[in-house]
Amino acid sequence: MRRMSMVSSLVFGVFASPALAQPSVEVMHFWTSGGEAAALGAVRDKVVSQGVAWVDAPIAGGGGDQAKTALQARIASGNPPAAMLMLGQNIIDWAHEGLLGNVDALAMSEGWDAVLPQAVKDFTKIDGHYVSVPTNVHRTDMIWASKAAFDKIGAPYPTTWDEMNALAPRFLAAGIIPLAHGGQSWQEAYMFEAVAMGIGGADFYRKALVDLDDASLRSDTMVAVFDEMAKLRGMVDSNAPGRDWNLATAMVIKGDAAMQIMGDWAKGEFTNAGKTPGTDYACIPVPKANGQPGFVYLVNSLSLFAQTNPEAVKAQEVLASAIMDKDVQIAFNKAKGAIPARNDVDMSGLDACAQATAKDLAQADAAGTAVPTFAGTHAANAAIVGAATDAITEFFNSDETAQEGAATLADAILAAK
Amino acid sequence: MAFSTSGVDIRTRLQDLIPKLVLSPSIAAMMIFVYGFIVFTVYLSFTNSKMLPSYDLIGFENYAKLWALSAWWTAVSNLAIFASLYIVICTAIGLTLAILLDQKIRGEGVLRPIYLYPMALSFIVTGTAWKWFLDPGIGLENTMHLWGWQSFHFGWIKDRNMAIYTIVIAAVWQTSGFVMAMFLAGLRGIDNEILRAAQIDGASNWQLYRRIVIPMLRPAFMSAFVILSHLAVKSYDLVVALTGGGPGRATELPATFMYSYTFTRNSMGIGASSAVIMLMTIAAIMTPYLYAELKEKP
Repeated sequence: MRRMSMVSSLVFGVFASPALAQPSVEVMHFWTSGGEAAALGAVRDKVVSQGVAWVDAPIAGGGGDQAKTALQARIASGNPPAAMLMLGQNIIDWAHEGLLGNVDALAMSEGWDAVLPQAVKDFTKIDGHYVSVPTNVHRTDMIWASKAAFDKIGAPYPTTWDEMNALAPRFLAAGIIPLAHGGQSWQEAYMFEAVAMGIGGADFYRKALVDLDDASLRSDTMVAVFDEMAKLRGMVDSNAPGRDWNLATAMVIKGDAAMQIMGDWAKGEFTNAGKTPGTDYACIPVPKANGQPGFVYLVNSLSLFAQTNPEAVKAQEVLASAIMDKDVQIAFNKAKGAIPARNDVDMSGLDACAQATAKDLAQADAAGTAVPTFAGTHAANAAIVGAATDAITEFFNSDETAQEGAATLADAILAAK
Repeated sequence: MAFSTSGVDIRTRLQDLIPKLVLSPSIAAMMIFVYGFIVFTVYLSFTNSKMLPSYDLIGFENYAKLWALSAWWTAVSNLAIFASLYIVICTAIGLTLAILLDQKIRGEGVLRPIYLYPMALSFIVTGTAWKWFLDPGIGLENTMHLWGWQSFHFGWIKDRNMAIYTIVIAAVWQTSGFVMAMFLAGLRGIDNEILRAAQIDGASNWQLYRRIVIPMLRPAFMSAFVILSHLAVKSYDLVVALTGGGPGRATELPATFMYSYTFTRNSMGIGASSAVIMLMTIAAIMTPYLYAELKEKP
C-alpha cells in the first residue's frame, strides 16, 4: 500500500509540479524544420525568460494537415492547447465556433492597431477581437532565379510574362530547365495564384478568388491565366510530378534550373546552402499586369484558445506580448525567412530580399493591392481551395485547353460553395 | 463436506466466469471503438458536419454531393482498376510460387521467408522504396542509362495514365508472398492418398493440379480473396508514400479521398459518406463469405 502511494505521488508529482510552480503555455504547431524551429525558439526564449513554462507540441507535416487533425481531436476531447499555429480562414472558422479567446486588453495597451498592416489584421483581428497573434508575413508571388543560369544565356531577369515565356527556349537550348517545379497539387495551387495575380492584377484576383464571382472565374482574363499556366507547364521537366518543393529549389541553387515560382519560404533553402541574394540568386516578384504594385500575402499567427483559468489567461498574454516584441519579430524572421508582421521594426538586420519584400508590402497595403493567398486558405475556406486545387492540378498534369481549365475551375468552385 | 462442495462450486463458477471477465474489456472496447464509431460515422454522413461534428440532419445531401464529385469517381474507378489487378495478380503469383515451393525442393526453409518478408514491412516503407526505385531520375531508368542502355524508358510513376499501375506493382510485391504462404498451407493440407490414387489412375501432373489440387484449395482461394479485397479497399498508406495521389489526382483512392475531405477540407459530412460507401463495399464482399462459411459449419 505504501509503495502504491509512493508510486502515485511520484507519477502525479512529475506531471503536476511544474503546473503548480509556474504558469505554462502549450503551443501546438507544425514548425519542425530547422529554420522554423529556430524561429519559434526566439519566441520561446522570451516567454521562458518571463517565468512562463513553454510546453512544445509539434506535429510534423509541412502544410499543417496533420496538426489540424490532431487539433480536431484535442478540441473534441475538450482539451485545446493554449495556442495553435493556424492559417487564414481556419482562424475565422475556429473563432466563429466560439473556441478562441482574445488578448484585446493587451493589444490596446501595446497599440497593435497602429503597427499591424490591414492585411495582417484581416486574419488576426476577427470581428473586432485579437484572437490570433501574428509572427510573420510570407509573400507567395515570388520567382527565385539562379544568377548563374541567367548569366549563361546573358539575359536579364524577366519583368513581364512575355519576357518570361521568351526565355524558356533559350534556357532549353543551353541545357537548363527553365522552370524548377515540384508536381504536388498544393505547389501547383500556389503557382496558379501567382499567375492569377500577375496576369489579372489585384482587382481580378479579389473578384475571382476572394469573392468567388462566377463571371470572373469564367472570364477571358481567367482563360489568359490558364493559358500562361499551360506555357509554364511546357517549361517544366518531365520528372517533376511528386517532387518536393525544396528539391525543386535545390535545382535552382545548383543552376540545373533557371527559376522557381514559390513562396518566400524558399529563401531558407538558399540561406542554408550558403547563398546570398544578388550574387548567387535573385528574388523577384512575379511580373504584374501594367507593372502595378501587387503582393500576395500569407500570415502566420498563433491563435489563442479560450481559457477559463486566470493564470492561463495571463500566460497567454505573456506569449502574445513576446510574439509582438520587436526584437523577437526580427530574430524570428531572420530564421524563418519571412518578414515581420509589425511594420515598425528596423529592417536593417534582415537580408536584401526581406527588405524589398517589406517595402513592397507597405506599398501594396497603401495602394490596396495586397491580396490574401488563395492556396494558403486565406482568400477562401479549405473546402473551396481543395476543390479548386483539384481542378488546377488536373489542368497542370494533362493537356486540357485553357478554356477547359477555366471552366473546370469555375464548376469546381461553384460545386464547393 | 458441505464446505468442500461449495468450494468446488465456486471454483467451477469462477472457471465459467473468468473467460468472460477476461474478454469483457476487449469486447467493450471493440463495441465502442469499432461498432460505436461505425454508427457515429453513419450518423455523421447524414449531417451537415464541416470542420467539427455537427448533429443537424440533412438527409442524403452528402451522398448526392459525393457522387457528383469527379474526384470521387476518379477514386472509385482507380479502386476498380487497382483492386481487380491486385487480387488477380497476387493470387496468380502466390499460387505459382506455392506450387513451385511444394515440389519438395531443397532450401525451402530459406526461400519461404524470403518471399514472405515483404509482408513484414509497412506499406509506407514499401511505398517509399518503390517511389525511389521507379523514379526515372534516380531509380531503375537512371541505373539502366548508367549501364549504357540509353534508350531504356520507364516513367510510369510520372505518367498520369500509368501511375495507378505502379501502385499495383508495389502492392503485389508486398503481398504475394503472404498469399503464397496461405496457398502453401492449403497444399500441405491436401491428403497425399488422394494424389497418389490419381497418379495410379494415370493422371498427368497438369491434370493433377487442375482437377484435384486447385479445386481442393477452394477455402484458401476464398481467404485470399477476402483478405486481398479488404486490403485493396482500405489502401491508403501505400498511395500516400508512393505517389501522394499524383500526378495531379491520378492515383487517388477512396481512402485518400475520405481522409482529405474529412480532415483537410472541412467537409466531414462528405468524408463520412465516402467512408460509409467503403464500408458497404467491404460488407458486400464479406457478407456472402461469412454466410457461406457459417452455413457449412453445422
